[in-house]
Amino acid sequence: MVQVTGIKEIIKPENLVYKKTDVMTKNILSYCPGCGHGTAHRILAEIIEEEGLQSEAIGVSPVGCSVFLYYYLDIDWQEAAHGRAPAVATAIKRLNPDKFVFTYQGDGDLAAIGTAETIHACNRGENILIIFINNGIYGMTGGQMAPTTLPGMKSSTSPYGRDVKSMGNPLKITDIVASLPGSYYVTRQSVHTAANVKKTKKAIRKATQYQKLNKGTCLVEIVSNCPSGWKMTPVQSNKWMEENMFPYYPLGDLKVPEE
Amino acid sequence: MEKELRLMKGNEAVAEAAIRAGVDGYFGYPITPQTEIIEYLFEANPAETTGMVVLQAESEVAAINMVYGGAGCGKKVMTSSSSPGISLKQEGISYIAGAELPCLIVNVVRGGPGLGTIQPAQSDYFQSTKGGGHGDYHLIVLAPASVQEMADFVGLSFELAFKYRNPVMMLSDGAIGQMMEKVYLSPHVERSKTVPEWATSGKPKSRQRNIITSLDLDSNRQELFNRKLLAKYDEIREKEVRFEEFQCEDAEYILVAYGTSARVCQKSVQLAREQGIKAGLLRPITLFPFPTKRINELAGKVKGMLSVEMSSGQMVEDVMLAVNGKVPVYHFGRMGGIVTTPEEVVENLKFKFIKD
Repeated sequence: MVQVTGIKEIIKPENLVYKKTDVMTKNILSYCPGCGHGTAHRILAEIIEEEGLQSEAIGVSPVGCSVFLYYYLDIDWQEAAHGRAPAVATAIKRLNPDKFVFTYQGDGDLAAIGTAETIHACNRGENILIIFINNGIYGMTGGQMAPTTLPGMKSSTSPYGRDVKSMGNPLKITDIVASLPGSYYVTRQSVHTAANVKKTKKAIRKATQYQKLNKGTCLVEIVSNCPSGWKMTPVQSNKWMEENMFPYYPLGDLKVPEE
Repeated sequence: MEKELRLMKGNEAVAEAAIRAGVDGYFGYPITPQTEIIEYLFEANPAETTGMVVLQAESEVAAINMVYGGAGCGKKVMTSSSSPGISLKQEGISYIAGAELPCLIVNVVRGGPGLGTIQPAQSDYFQSTKGGGHGDYHLIVLAPASVQEMADFVGLSFELAFKYRNPVMMLSDGAIGQMMEKVYLSPHVERSKTVPEWATSGKPKSRQRNIITSLDLDSNRQELFNRKLLAKYDEIREKEVRFEEFQCEDAEYILVAYGTSARVCQKSVQLAREQGIKAGLLRPITLFPFPTKRINELAGKVKGMLSVEMSSGQMVEDVMLAVNGKVPVYHFGRMGGIVTTPEEVVENLKFKFIKD
């Protein structure tokens, strides 16, 4: 039997190398093992803490797996109807121009039912940040086809694979948003490796700083995995994402402000 | 300060009253017969004076969700539309009721169903008073019968909305929205600098985070919330019933009518009395809460009641429930955008109740 001894001697402030950000609440995340949401939440929470935005932030959570996002970040929240977060955030920001206002939405929420709200908020150049988690599937309802599901990809409503002839092609909505004069900073990132986490964190930090400039909408897409919906182990899902999602949704900046 | 006298359309009066009432935000989408509201607001440009936000949304769906966002911040926000647009807003209205947010929704009703007509109607009574969207909820529903009331009910709506944390609907119609009358406008009220303690305004260290939501997956908690809403609606039924009576003291027959129909019926009462028929008029000003108790009292003193509505008969069901079988209750109404004439009402009263 292994005896754990001296643990109290190890837990000392001078030995602390990593801790939970205070902006994360003590609630236990409801996500499946290996899901990218938890990492994305944590990045967001860290940025809010590091940029001193806790008392400024008003978040809008979506309908989807991250519907309970307001359980996890210790800031003021509004829960929007499915797809309507950009409209909700529009009014919050217009009526509170000094606050940091953001939405956090999945692909079904942002690119299917909420397409109009997304396009028009970005086209008006609403001074908000949209964080867009794209995992190519409806996670919460159990793995149905999403607007971003890849050609040939299987889901419970495309059980033989997405047939683009009858089901349409995956929607690259981030590219559309980048083409709109109202958008200011549009980037596509991921959170599946430590290096990518750092890049995503840098992108979200930039977006929070850009919001203070009042120059237009910032959208940070995070291409993510859905081990349960894709019916893979977390490791397999990350590999599959690299091999299949990234070629279709290449990582990198789509629109950067002229410095 | 003295009230200012102006000649205005009902729609314009709502817009001007909103600016004067210190409304923080208006979010709308054009639709006949109420587009003058958003046009007036952009023309008046209150952004430069009171700082009121006026925004033309991409759809009625977006507009009502903007109202949700603004109301969730504790601001005085409103939208307006007409029947087909109000149908589109129902999803958002249900969420607003579920999150207990105060706001004003103006419906300048036109005939339906579907695209229907652009002429006045009162065919959205069920939708307005019985919920409208999904789930168990009620709006507080105010029914103006004049341009003056369209102006006055803006302030009253926000007073009630914030008192009960409940959405308020002003249920007007195309006739009152479009017609011009003299209106006394209240002096300007400054926009509020504070927000209620439940509002999402950025979490200071001194308080817990505020969450605006209508979601609870725990059935027991959800039922408790439903019971809380019911208690609120009961309190509203108890305290906020508003109505007006016209020659009901000695009446043998009572016309029940709101909005434009009530104005028509006022003339019908006069015409009926000239013919020796003792008619009276009860005009509900609040459609929810409905003047159930008063109608029941009056039912004990009269021979019958006629619900006059520009619909196929919607409010008549609430009149019947109130009368509870004491005397016969009938409906009379024109549809499709046709406004009933006073003579038609008298003829119908005679036909239904005084056969010979």
